[in-house]
Amino acid sequence: MLEYLAIIFTAVLANNIVFSQFLGICPFIGVSKDLQSAFGMGMAVAFVMGLATCATWILQHYILLPLDLTYIQTIVFILVIAILVQMLEIILKKTSPSLYAALGVYLPLITTNCAVLGVAIIVAQKNFGLLHSLVYALATAGGFALALALFAAIRTQLELADVPRAMRGVPVALIVAGILAMAFMGFAGIGQ
Amino acid sequence: MKALTVLFDGLVRKNPTFVLILGMCPTLGTTSSAITGLSMGLATMFVLICSNTAISLIKRLVPDKVRIPAYIVVIASFVTILQMLMQAYLPALNATLGIFIPLIVVNCILLGRAEAFASKNSVRLSAVDGIGVGLGFTIALTLLGCMRELLGTGAIFGLQLYDSGYGALLFVLAPGAFIALGLLIALFNRLTAKH
Repeated sequence: MLEYLAIIFTAVLANNIVFSQFLGICPFIGVSKDLQSAFGMGMAVAFVMGLATCATWILQHYILLPLDLTYIQTIVFILVIAILVQMLEIILKKTSPSLYAALGVYLPLITTNCAVLGVAIIVAQKNFGLLHSLVYALATAGGFALALALFAAIRTQLELADVPRAMRGVPVALIVAGILAMAFMGFAGIGQ
Repeated sequence: MKALTVLFDGLVRKNPTFVLILGMCPTLGTTSSAITGLSMGLATMFVLICSNTAISLIKRLVPDKVRIPAYIVVIASFVTILQMLMQAYLPALNATLGIFIPLIVVNCILLGRAEAFASKNSVRLSAVDGIGVGLGFTIALTLLGCMRELLGTGAIFGLQLYDSGYGALLFVLAPGAFIALGLLIALFNRLTAKH
């Protein structure tokens, strides 16, 4: 139990996927304009990341490793993730049109969200067990959602600030992210 | 003449890092020194030129509905080739860049160029576009790497310019990546705004 708590703490705070591993930056900059869409994106990524990690874990341990096919790992993993995202899109369209409307263009982009493929590859490289992988994936998605929500809250305030013209938009957002990353560095060394 | 315009577009007017803000993850993750930034840029450029050319070649054969998965498979194949080449000939560099090599597959620049350019233009122009955008990306990554290495450790490409004790280590660490890139994009905006 304690072991899993340590994994969660490390993945959410100490080794945050956005602030210390630099994965999933595009949606981090793109979707984090208000809290609601940040939350929706966080949920969608958690769902896809959990499913994708389980699916790729099973493929890795029951097909790629026994058949010695790990060299096509990248191709297989990205295809599995693409299929999962397509499925999620169909399900959301049917069951929750409002969430579907809110996420709009960003849902297909989860395929090219490097955080999802990144976690699948990290899990395969570090040779985690299935439950360990799933906990790690969900905790990482939690860290991603936390980063998105924090950043969205700051950006709504930033809209009102008088920023120099050349700094408006992405540059100032990146500098805010840098300051947030500094805050997250405070957690480094705690956990695993 | 058209080729020159395409090349210039990729380098400056549609620079993937400074203007389109694409491919942020490797931009931030691999630029702690000039040499890693340069290597990552060149690796991405290799895949981009190959995938742009191949996708332009097969653009009439791929049905419209499955074009995105087809493009992803093409890109993933070239990334796998790159991975194998690097494991065989550049194992140290491969270890330094680590997970960012397989993650070239999900670099939005590649799929973006495939969808926006290679699927509509001739093979020659697509290859030129790959070179232009790839060079634009490489230059951006190298610049960012130089800036972070200089501010963080007082060196550029390992050449010590001042004592590393005076460097702000922050710039080599994660927060420095965000801040340095933010400042570079702001500078790019300032310089291009005049024209």
